[in-house]
Amino acid sequence: MRVEMFTFLMAGAICLFGALGVVLLRNPVHNALSLVATLFGIAVLFLNQGAYFLAAIQVIVYAGAIVVLFLFVIMLLGVDRAESLERDPLVGQRVTAIVIGVAILGLSLTVLLAAGERATGAGSGVAPLDPGVADVNRLGRVLFTDYVFAFEITALLLTVAVIGAVVLSRKVGGAPIDLDEFPDGTALDQLPVAPDASADVLDDEVDDDVAAAGDGTADGGDDDPAGEDADAVPEPEGSRS
Amino acid sequence: MDPLLSGGIGLSEILIVLLKVVVAFAGLMVGVMAMVWFERKLVADMQNRIGPNRAGPFGILQTLADGIKLFFKEDLQPERSDPFVFKLAPYLALVPAFLVFTVIPIAGNFSDGQDGVVTLFGHETLMQVADPQMGILFVLAMSSVAVYGVMLAGWSSGSKYPLLGSVRASAQMVSYEAALGLSVATVLLFAGTLSTNGIVASQAGWRWNIWMTLLVPFVVFVIAATAELNRPPFDLVEAEQELVGGFHTEYSSIRFALFFLAEFMNTVTMSAVIVTLFLGGPSGPIPSGAPGWVQDFLLPLIYFFAKLLVFLFVFVWFRATLPRFRYDQLMDLGWKFLIPLALGWFLILTAIKVARDQGWNPVVAGAVAALAVVVGGLLLRSSIRAAEDKDFDAVDPADLDGAGA
Repeated sequence: MRVEMFTFLMAGAICLFGALGVVLLRNPVHNALSLVATLFGIAVLFLNQGAYFLAAIQVIVYAGAIVVLFLFVIMLLGVDRAESLERDPLVGQRVTAIVIGVAILGLSLTVLLAAGERATGAGSGVAPLDPGVADVNRLGRVLFTDYVFAFEITALLLTVAVIGAVVLSRKVGGAPIDLDEFPDGTALDQLPVAPDASADVLDDEVDDDVAAAGDGTADGGDDDPAGEDADAVPEPEGSRS
Repeated sequence: MDPLLSGGIGLSEILIVLLKVVVAFAGLMVGVMAMVWFERKLVADMQNRIGPNRAGPFGILQTLADGIKLFFKEDLQPERSDPFVFKLAPYLALVPAFLVFTVIPIAGNFSDGQDGVVTLFGHETLMQVADPQMGILFVLAMSSVAVYGVMLAGWSSGSKYPLLGSVRASAQMVSYEAALGLSVATVLLFAGTLSTNGIVASQAGWRWNIWMTLLVPFVVFVIAATAELNRPPFDLVEAEQELVGGFHTEYSSIRFALFFLAEFMNTVTMSAVIVTLFLGGPSGPIPSGAPGWVQDFLLPLIYFFAKLLVFLFVFVWFRATLPRFRYDQLMDLGWKFLIPLALGWFLILTAIKVARDQGWNPVVAGAVAALAVVVGGLLLRSSIRAAEDKDFDAVDPADLDGAGA
C-alpha cells in the first residue's frame, strides 16, 4: 500500500507540474513537452489502478501520436516562438475561460466533498472484477457486447472525420504544387511557374524560412508561409520574382 | 505475470529484480558494442575492405576506443539552440531503447509445459526483467516515444538540416508504426495474450508465428521495423547527401555518442522483438535428459542469440546492399502497400480463426475472406486512380501558362 501511495504521489506531481507547464511556459514546444509529461503521469496513475491496457494505450495514442502531431504542426508552421499575450484571438476569451475554469473547479470540489468515496471510485477498487483475466480481455468483451453500438458509432465518427479532413485538404482544380503529381515526361516549361523561376525550381533560394521554423528563440522568423512547408519545395515562386 | 512477484515481496525478491536489471543493462551495453563492431566489420567485408583492425584482436575494441574518444571531445552547443531541449533529446532517444529490452524473454525452457519459469536462487521467476500484462504494447509504446528524441533533437538544434531530418523522421516513424501494429495484431490473434512471455509460450513445439501466420506479417514487420529504426534503405533521416548528418548534425561529443548508442541499441532490441514475436524467442529442441541448467539457461540462451544474430546480420545486409528510398516512395510503400496488406492479411486470418472456433470449413472461410479483401483492395486502388485522374483533368493546360505571371 505504501508503494501505491508513493507512485500515486509521484505521478500526481508529474501530472500537476506538467499541466502547470502547459499553461505557464511561453514556448509552444515546451508546452507540448509539458503535455507529454502530464500524459505520462496519467499513464502511471492507470498502472497504479491495475489498468495496464489503458496505460499502454495512453502512451501509444496520446504521447506517441497526438502530441507528435502537435509538435509536427508547431515545427512545420513555425509558430514556435513566444506568442503575444496582449490581445485575445477571440473576443472575451479570457473572461469566459476564467468563468468556466472556476465553475469546473467548484463543481468538482462539490462532488468530491459531497459524494466522498463514491466519486473517487475507492469503493469499486476494493474488489477487482476477475483478477485471473487480463484487463484487455475483459475490456474487449464488454466493448464488443454491451457497448458495441457506442463502439460502432465512435468508429463511424472517426471515419467521417478522416474523410472530412481528406476532402478539406484536397485541392481539386487548383494548380498542383508538387512535382510528383506530374506524369513522367512533363516538360519543365509546362510547370505552373514563371519561366525565370522554373530554372531553379528544385533549388529553393529562399530556404531560410526553414531555419526560422527551427528557431526556438523569441526573435520571430520569416512571415512567408509558402516556404515553410518543408515537403513542398517546388512551390511556385513566380509571385515573388 | 512473473511468479516471483505474485507472492509477498521481501528483500530477496527485490535483490533478484535488481540483479536482473543490472545483468540486462550490462548485457545490452556489451551487446551494442559488439553490434557496432559487427556491423562495421561486416559492411567492410561486403565492400571488400578490411574494416576496424587496430584496437584489440580483429579490432573488437574499436567501439570502446571510439566511446572513450567521444567522451573527451568538446561538447558544442549551437548558439541558436534551445538549451534545455537540446540536452534532453539524447536521453529521450536512449531511454526507450533500453526499456524495450526489459520485456524480452531471453531464456527459460518453453518446451516442457512450464512456460519458461526458471528457478533462480530458490525463487521461481521468468528470464526477463518484467512481464507486464500489456507486454507487446509496451514495446509499441516505447517505439512511439522514441520519436521524441529524434524530433526534438532536430528542432532544438536551431538549424535547417537537422529540422528537415527530424521532420522526415517523425513522419516516417509515425506512418510505419501503423504497419508495425497491424502485423503485431496478427501475432496476437494466435497468441491470445499481450504478454511477451505468453506469446513465446504459445509458440512452443515449433508452432512459430512465422509460419503460423503464413509469413506475410513477418515480412511486413521486418520492413516496418527497418523503417522504424531509420536504418538503410529507409535512413532518410540522416541522408548524408541531402541533409549533412540529419537530425544529429549539431550534436558532438558524448551527446552524439548517446544517439549513436540508441540507434544500435534499437537495432538489437528490435531484432529481439522480431525473434520473440515470430521465431519463438528462446524456444527450440531441448533434450529432456539434460541437467536443469542446460535446459533452462544454456540451450535457450544459445537459441535466442542464434536467432538474434540472424536478424542483426540481415539488418547489416540491408545496409550494405540496398540503395536508399526516395521520400515519396517510402511513404507510398508504407501507406499504400504495407498497411493495406497487413490489414487484409489480418482479416483473412481472423476469418480462418473464427471458422475454426465455430467448426466451419477454414479453407472456405479463408477463401471467402481473401476474395472480400481482394475486391476491397481493387476498389480502393481504382478509387485512388480515379482521384488522381480527376486531379489531372482539373488542371486546364491553358491556365498553366498564366499561373506564374
